[in-house]
Amino acid sequence: MTTDFGVVPDLTPEQEHESGAPALEAASERRAARRGFLVALPSFAYLVIFFAIPLVIVLVYSFATRNPRGITELRDWNVEAYRALAEPLLRSVLVRTLVLALLTTVICLALSYPFAYYMATRDSEVVRTLLLIGVMIPFWSNFLVRTYVIRVLLSSSGPLSEASQSIGLGEVDIAFSNAAVLIGLVYGFLPFMILPLYAALERIDWNLVEAARDLYASGWKAFRRVVWPLSRPGVVAGCILVFVPSFGAYVTSDILGGAKNPLFGNYIVNQFLQARDWPAGAAVSVVILAVMLIGTLVYFRTGGRTL
Amino acid sequence: MRLRTLWLIPVALVLVVTGCSTEDDGDGGEGAAAAACEPGGTDGDLVLYNWSEYIDPELITQFEQQYGVSVTEDFFPSNEDMLAKVSSGASGFDVVVPSDYMVAIMIEEGLLAELQADAIPNLANLDPEFTDLPFDPEGRYSVPYQWGTSGIAVDTNVVGEDFEQSWGIIFDPEQADAYSGKISMLNDPRESLGAALKYLGYSLNTSDPDELAEAQELLTETTARLATYDSDQFEDLLVGGETAVAHGWSGDFFRAFDEASTDDFDAYEQYSYFVPEEGGVRWVDNMAILADAPHPCTAHTFVDFMLDAENGAALTNFNFYASPNAAAEEFIDPEILEDPAIYPPEEVVANLEFIEDTGDFETQYSDAFTQAKG
Repeated sequence: MTTDFGVVPDLTPEQEHESGAPALEAASERRAARRGFLVALPSFAYLVIFFAIPLVIVLVYSFATRNPRGITELRDWNVEAYRALAEPLLRSVLVRTLVLALLTTVICLALSYPFAYYMATRDSEVVRTLLLIGVMIPFWSNFLVRTYVIRVLLSSSGPLSEASQSIGLGEVDIAFSNAAVLIGLVYGFLPFMILPLYAALERIDWNLVEAARDLYASGWKAFRRVVWPLSRPGVVAGCILVFVPSFGAYVTSDILGGAKNPLFGNYIVNQFLQARDWPAGAAVSVVILAVMLIGTLVYFRTGGRTL
Repeated sequence: MRLRTLWLIPVALVLVVTGCSTEDDGDGGEGAAAAACEPGGTDGDLVLYNWSEYIDPELITQFEQQYGVSVTEDFFPSNEDMLAKVSSGASGFDVVVPSDYMVAIMIEEGLLAELQADAIPNLANLDPEFTDLPFDPEGRYSVPYQWGTSGIAVDTNVVGEDFEQSWGIIFDPEQADAYSGKISMLNDPRESLGAALKYLGYSLNTSDPDELAEAQELLTETTARLATYDSDQFEDLLVGGETAVAHGWSGDFFRAFDEASTDDFDAYEQYSYFVPEEGGVRWVDNMAILADAPHPCTAHTFVDFMLDAENGAALTNFNFYASPNAAAEEFIDPEILEDPAIYPPEEVVANLEFIEDTGDFETQYSDAFTQAKG
């Protein structure tokens, strides 16, 4: 699938060489490149100012010093903050966060794939559009507000609990638990899984499935050998889009988990706003960022190519 | 080719930014406040940085009309948030309202301007008890705004009328297990570990690792019994029936009780706030003027305005926190003045402590709190 990346532009100049008007073509290419750069400049500047610079600042602060009053002083550069990362406290937070983020990703995938499949296989354009709008409606209201609503829904005096009491099943009280955090995370990130999956499934040429069936593949086998491989870019994109933000989530744990089981995000926030230890918070952020970056790079270097 | 050197831009910018901020380190509060201010004088519109729901909007309007300036109010959820915004300089705020320990930090960091007592004649209204506080001896940089306590509010429909006024209702398994899953504590290391330290009979400002470890262990056991650690909505959760025992700040509870009360329902009868007999946190929030305040004279006039007897009383009647303003007492609702939960009796006050900054030990509190949570 990805073999068409980059190949065409590489070949073009050489072909032009042979065709006879090299200098002219090269000049016009340079002009086009410059125009392209100018058009991209605003977004480039935006990313540098609001993405690259803050990241560099985070990196710089991670080597700074916390003075006794909890103010960060940009001198006496040291790696103390990184040494503290080895403590067992952080390890338990890390394990909990990893498990929760992985569970969120797996559940999201399990829930989204059938739904995206159903959406992509509808013949009617209208039905597809309506379903798509349905998926995106949650984005129209604030995430924080929706999280508070889930807390009300799950609380012992909430509608779920009342309904189960009225049919004699007793009180439902899952607010302020890890289960509630998981429910909140899955709910929050579900659209990020559905949308790329839908995009991948919708592009599939269903004649291929028909061909597989003609060649006596069972329905399951046709799915496993044709549909699943073709949808894999969507699966991977969805998993990255869900895993990364759920690894950094923190309001969900505070609001739905009762702040009782701190996640990585909570740990970082606490370093900044409770311990006033900015270098420590910055160091953890840098490490997470590096791990995510390396993971993504490794993926695109190896597995990503062959999809 | 040129693209390759572009990464130097952020680096250069960071160097410029950090270079600037290290230069003005450690300045005193001289600079901006150098010009003498007159009582009632103004030099522009006021920008106030305050806790939310902490000032009667009526008072703001009154100040605007009286002095012909406009007031912009911005809010912070915690002292640390406020410090983060203010410490980078040029925040544009004139008056901030830090709590006790934060005043000490801000003075040492040179963030606060020394007050010009001549421009604040109403300083005379302060209760003498509040003119020489440990975090700002002689009150050179700050003026007490309101004070209150951290304690426990209970739902008497659940715990009954006959409960001990002790931290045991949260920490002692024999009493507290009955309310398991119905208890909330503040999501703040110093407050919650402080409560545990008080229950164990230690100072809540301890720097002794063993005492802190003991408090951490107690809190670890307690976490299993909690519904939530919450500093924002503990009062709503109590009034909403989600919790029955809530650790929190006095005034927030009273505001919630007040809002929950209707013509046929008196929330004060169902809910009760108390300061545990082992003692707890007492705090004072203070008005202070930033060293780089753009409008120092309007700021002084605002501080003076808030210290006015009637205005000070209006503040307490609005936010249900005790006033450090002695002259205001005659205008404060008698119900508030006589409420021992708002104005605790002397023997209770004797057991209260201000939270003091413990310097480098502060990170130990934060780590202990994270560990106690699991």
